[in-house]
Amino acid sequence: MSETQQPTRRTMLTRLGILLNAGIGAVLAVPVVSYILSPLRGKNGKPYNQWVRLGPLEQFPEGETRLATFRNPVVRPWDGQTADIPCWVRRIEGEQFQVFAINCAHLGCPVRWFAASGLFMCPCHGGVYYADGSRASGPPERGLFEYEHKVEDGQLAILAGQLPTLAAENRTARRKTCDC
Amino acid sequence: MRLLKALGEWLDFRLKLGEGIRDAATHPIPKSSASWWYVFGSAALTVFGIQVVTGILLAIVYVPTAAQAWSSLQVLNHDPTLGWFLRAMHGWASNFMVALVLIHMLQVFLFGAYKFPRELTWIIGVFLLLMTLGMAFTGQVLRFDQDAYWGIGIGASITGRVPVIGGALVHLLLGGPIIGGDTLSRFFALHVFIIPGLLIGLVSLHLLMVLKLGINEWPMPGRIVRRETYLKEYEQLTHEGVPFVPDAIWKDLVFGASIVAAIAVCAAVLGPFGPGGQPDPTIIQAAPRPDFFFLWLFSLLSLLPPQMETPVLLLMPPVAILILLLVPVLSGEGEKHWKKRPVAVLTVLVAAVALGSFTHLARSTPWSPAMSAWSGAPVPISELKGRSALERRGALVFQAKQCRNCHALGGAGGMRGPALDEVALRLTSDQLIRQVLQGGGNMPAYGKNLSPAETTALVSYLETLKPEGRPPAHDASQP
Repeated sequence: MSETQQPTRRTMLTRLGILLNAGIGAVLAVPVVSYILSPLRGKNGKPYNQWVRLGPLEQFPEGETRLATFRNPVVRPWDGQTADIPCWVRRIEGEQFQVFAINCAHLGCPVRWFAASGLFMCPCHGGVYYADGSRASGPPERGLFEYEHKVEDGQLAILAGQLPTLAAENRTARRKTCDC
Repeated sequence: MRLLKALGEWLDFRLKLGEGIRDAATHPIPKSSASWWYVFGSAALTVFGIQVVTGILLAIVYVPTAAQAWSSLQVLNHDPTLGWFLRAMHGWASNFMVALVLIHMLQVFLFGAYKFPRELTWIIGVFLLLMTLGMAFTGQVLRFDQDAYWGIGIGASITGRVPVIGGALVHLLLGGPIIGGDTLSRFFALHVFIIPGLLIGLVSLHLLMVLKLGINEWPMPGRIVRRETYLKEYEQLTHEGVPFVPDAIWKDLVFGASIVAAIAVCAAVLGPFGPGGQPDPTIIQAAPRPDFFFLWLFSLLSLLPPQMETPVLLLMPPVAILILLLVPVLSGEGEKHWKKRPVAVLTVLVAAVALGSFTHLARSTPWSPAMSAWSGAPVPISELKGRSALERRGALVFQAKQCRNCHALGGAGGMRGPALDEVALRLTSDQLIRQVLQGGGNMPAYGKNLSPAETTALVSYLETLKPEGRPPAHDASQP
């Protein structure tokens, strides 16, 4: 068909057909895109961050830092052991606590606590943190991620539910500076 | 035989494929292109075929759920007849495929094969390389063990550094708030449907273009590619050329078969990759390492200064990809021969040396603390002999305070900080005290965790660490 020719009835109908398909495609894109984006909305209508109990206060001796684990508040039945999340609990004294994420603030590897030297060390790229979670040395730009916590019914509870990253809207993950 | 021929004719009368296949097979190529240097692309395709077949076979047994993937890999390794061998084939073929694609790209680059009129073939090839690497990474995730678990964590941490939309991207990557069932499901979909589908489509296009545009001729110094004249010159070369089948294809067949045999031997002798420890985040005694082809990245992430890291991580990949895509646009004409392209050769050498050194460094990971050296590597006896009680007490402090995790003594211990065998030659007693208490230069401050008595003992021990007969360091400002 050259441009000078008048569109015939058939070419008009072909264009109509293409338009029809494009319209239906656009409508179908709505469920596809919103399905793909659904992880942004939380699961089962619940927010990702919820209060979880770590156990009775007696589990955490004063002046010590202990590993605790909790079941992630948002889980799938087939999550298995991946939904068991560890964290470091530091009981300073009385009801004064600090609860740190296990994930290094650099690239998320699991940090380990060394009680004798009072340091958290990361096995991946050598990030080191002091007992209060502040950055000591290595590639991390900030201190350990910290969970918001409270004491209720003699139990320690934290506001948790997401893998902490530099972006996580973890209001609790505040920047720490060394107080030494 | 006659029956077979009749059947063939019956089919072809209806399919109408025979002529096209015959034409494609016997299309003339330049004589010089029937070379052993032109076999890497077809070998990569052969290995991709192996991946498709072994991948489908593994998918028959593999269970893509966070709770059971690891156990299903154990079953694959131990129960179905030769299941371990097929897993091993899939793993080794993956390594071979990445290597072959890289070698193919290198050869194409050095032979100037990306120049006019084959620019688009190169550009599609760049996407094929990215998809091959994507398959390698997603494949490592499907081997759902400790390394895979923390590897995704690293991926998420990098993604989380994207400004503004980082958090949303992390949730899309993980399919939820944590690394779990939804994460594995989406990596399964990527590895099994999305990327292979794209790969098959683009490989077909890539091959079609090689057929339509003709294989690159052997470059000659001084034979310049010009848009106006190239097609005519190439036609002349093919006119004097040879048919692809059988003159060239036998080399592809021999090389392809050798590669398949090599993969099978590696698989049979060295066995399947892992799985390593269970993907249980509460087992924190993990020191995750990436697979071979991502080791260079592991090094880079340790060695970059902290404030450079986010910009480099977020800008380097798109810039590198853009440069690769622009190669044929920027130098679509001109010399093809490597002897006349010093910048091209130098670029390849620099890239190879950089990637090679980073990969080599990542195998010894000098930046990672040796997490168990403090309890696992005793102080050498020679470094205790003739020491006073105070100095030996210092050696005990040295060990108990995890100094060894970063500092080697007698060749054992971490390499994060300097080895301390001769530290007394470098630092005076005052400098030692300051370094220990205040830290600095990548060392944490120990001031809060050492009592004055411990510090005195530790420093008096460190002062003994020097070769016999050499004077200790002294402060030049003191008499």
